[in-house]
Amino acid sequence: MIESLDPVLLARIQFAFTISFHIVFPAFTIGLASWLAVLEWRWLATGNPVYAEVYRMWVKIFAVTFGMGVVSGVVMSFQFGTNWSVFSDKVGNVLGPLLGYEVLTAFFLEASFLGVMLFGWNRVSPRMHFTATLIVAGGTLVSAFWILSADSWMQTPTGFRVAEDGLFYPTNWLEVIFNPSFAYRFVHMVTAAYLTTAFVVGGIGAFYLWRGLHVKHARVMFGMAMIMAVSVAPLQLLLGDRHGLNTLEHQPAKVSAMEGLWETQEGAPLLLFGWPDQEGETTRYALEIPKLSSLILTHDLDGEVKGLKEWPGDERPPVAWVFWSFRVMVGIGMLMILTGLAAIGLFLRKRLFDTRWFQYLCMAMTPTGFVAVLAGWFVTEIGRQPYIVYGAMRTEEAVSPVMGTSIALSLAAFILTYGFVFGAGSYYILRLIGKGPDAEEAPYGAHGVKDPPLVTRLVSKEGDQDV
Amino acid sequence: MFSFEGFLDLPLIWYGLIGTALFLYVLLDGFDLGLGILFPFAPSDKCRDRMMNSIAPFWDGNETWLVLSGGGLFAAFPLAYAILMPAFYIPVILMLLGLIFRGVAFEFRFKATGRSRRIWDYAFHFGSLAASFMQGMILGAFVRGVEVEGRSFAGGAFDWLNAYSVMTGVAVVFGYALLGATWLVMKTDGITQDWARKCASYVLGYVGLFLGIVSISMPVMNADVRALWFSLPNLFYLLPVPLLTASLFVMIWRDLHRGREVRPFLMSIGVFLMGYIGLGISLWPWLIPFEITFRHAAATPTSQSLLLVGTAIMLPLVLTYTAFCYYLFRGKASHESAY
Repeated sequence: MIESLDPVLLARIQFAFTISFHIVFPAFTIGLASWLAVLEWRWLATGNPVYAEVYRMWVKIFAVTFGMGVVSGVVMSFQFGTNWSVFSDKVGNVLGPLLGYEVLTAFFLEASFLGVMLFGWNRVSPRMHFTATLIVAGGTLVSAFWILSADSWMQTPTGFRVAEDGLFYPTNWLEVIFNPSFAYRFVHMVTAAYLTTAFVVGGIGAFYLWRGLHVKHARVMFGMAMIMAVSVAPLQLLLGDRHGLNTLEHQPAKVSAMEGLWETQEGAPLLLFGWPDQEGETTRYALEIPKLSSLILTHDLDGEVKGLKEWPGDERPPVAWVFWSFRVMVGIGMLMILTGLAAIGLFLRKRLFDTRWFQYLCMAMTPTGFVAVLAGWFVTEIGRQPYIVYGAMRTEEAVSPVMGTSIALSLAAFILTYGFVFGAGSYYILRLIGKGPDAEEAPYGAHGVKDPPLVTRLVSKEGDQDV
Repeated sequence: MFSFEGFLDLPLIWYGLIGTALFLYVLLDGFDLGLGILFPFAPSDKCRDRMMNSIAPFWDGNETWLVLSGGGLFAAFPLAYAILMPAFYIPVILMLLGLIFRGVAFEFRFKATGRSRRIWDYAFHFGSLAASFMQGMILGAFVRGVEVEGRSFAGGAFDWLNAYSVMTGVAVVFGYALLGATWLVMKTDGITQDWARKCASYVLGYVGLFLGIVSISMPVMNADVRALWFSLPNLFYLLPVPLLTASLFVMIWRDLHRGREVRPFLMSIGVFLMGYIGLGISLWPWLIPFEITFRHAAATPTSQSLLLVGTAIMLPLVLTYTAFCYYLFRGKASHESAY
């Protein structure tokens, strides 16, 4: 039975599974690292111990998340070759250096200074520790820069030529790195990571406020998160719109799939909901708002919007996936903006920190950032199909000469392992949240150690029995 | 589009750089994985805490050398990356799964309480064991050669599995255990150190045995390798490699029994270096043994040049702050750990 499974589809599912699992962790740690840097800066600037206590609680969560991000990320560095060896061979000249730069400029930096951040409290000055936090935060952004550049090149490839041997050769590095969709994708993704973190932190803060626990700390978490919801969530709508217009310019078929439009038309309606039917070439049960799609995409009520029928059947992405993922992402974005608006209203009435229904809402919003990030990636990656390098190389040409059985078994192994390992990780994070910030705890608590020295013992303590 | 092609031998430089990155990975993660291999045999839980703490700040950076080796191979020799990954699909995936269990154990073990802690003790041990064994198997299959047709792997899913690769798998497990044990001699004291000393001298014999088997089997299996090592005058130029290796074994043995703390670790590194050099000589100039040379697999010169600029700037920096971290966390490991 397994032999009859399509290796291309299996390779795609396996890759989608490992990378979807992986992206959840960076989406969280990019935002968390920056927020920890802000917390430590506030602590050093004001001397207020509440900031330090909040930092110590969240740095433990950061450590667990980062660890899971590292182990799932190492997998990714081999997945290109194991699943897409023909792709690796053909585009290695172009994408290889970008990934090489990511390792050299970001991974080592993050890995080395994370050690200082977690274990260095009693070994370096507060200023040096703050520097380590800043370096880790910077490293996460540099890493995002390179990997998003590589992904964007696969979406909007420029600065290369395909030679007679079928290999891709770079012709202009700046055009490769700063390809047309890179800036939009980078800003959109980093903002998404910040929002994801803000809503997690805000949700936990709301939980403490609702239970009346750790109120001083909870106000810091909740307040800072609401500042992000108020200021960044609307900004993300704007950035997403710009990114969408960029996609319309370079990958119009993806936008048609996002809109669920099959016929090219002037004054195209916006489909709120519907069921795209790939074979029937129509979107069933559509609920439309007339002319709105033209207005959004062309900024003109009667602008022309291309429909999917402009492209032959084997050039169209799987429409339903793209259509629905897009709606999930936008819907969550709208909820985040509404949360921010409600926060402004409550703040003006001085009820921000003690309104029950708003606390419920924020608790419910806790995981939504992750869902939106995944949905957004589904839109952009599935929307690129049937190409792996848009317009230049099809996905089915890219697959490794590996048996379907091997891929199916490895997929099963990954599902079991990730389910177990990351389930346990989530459980430990929930326990850390349950424990809350601990004013009594020494700063060395990053790894559960109460007393200095943490890792090494330079001076033996009295009564320290060797067992 | 700049390129250093005119005045630098780019493929050779990158062959050397990837070789160095891989060697640093083998050394640095070698002692981490070795610790994991020895983990359940430690005399007490406090010893295990100390073992874990002695590498907790470093393991992440150490594992990054594996990512650099993989990513660097993709960047500098995409053809080799594209052939080797499908060829070693199953052992690579199993190694990665092992590394996942090993890696998360660092965080989870200290967060777990009571019986669930045991789970992460074993995750750490079996994860390390599996990753090491798979790396050894990949090495064994690699030196025996990979079937290639055109620009892709043409062999079967289980080509890597044979008695020879099982032997090299076991060999690497013992080799890493030696690195781990001598690391512990350096980084711990008291009963942990005593135990590590015993472990080190116990595995030292096995490491010697396996190194001997590999050294003899390579020329026996392949005529080119045989010609390389045993023709005159090569024999005399290359004789220092086995002689130096043998004397290192004697010195480690003596140091372990005379209470030296740092030198056994450094000399274990020396043993690995000698083994690595020996392999390098035997396999020169193949990147995929007996099929594709490093020149044939090289990426286009502009790509190798671009990454070389970054490497020339970043690699010294990376080495500097890595050294800074090792300096910062110097001294003996503490068992302080439990909630």
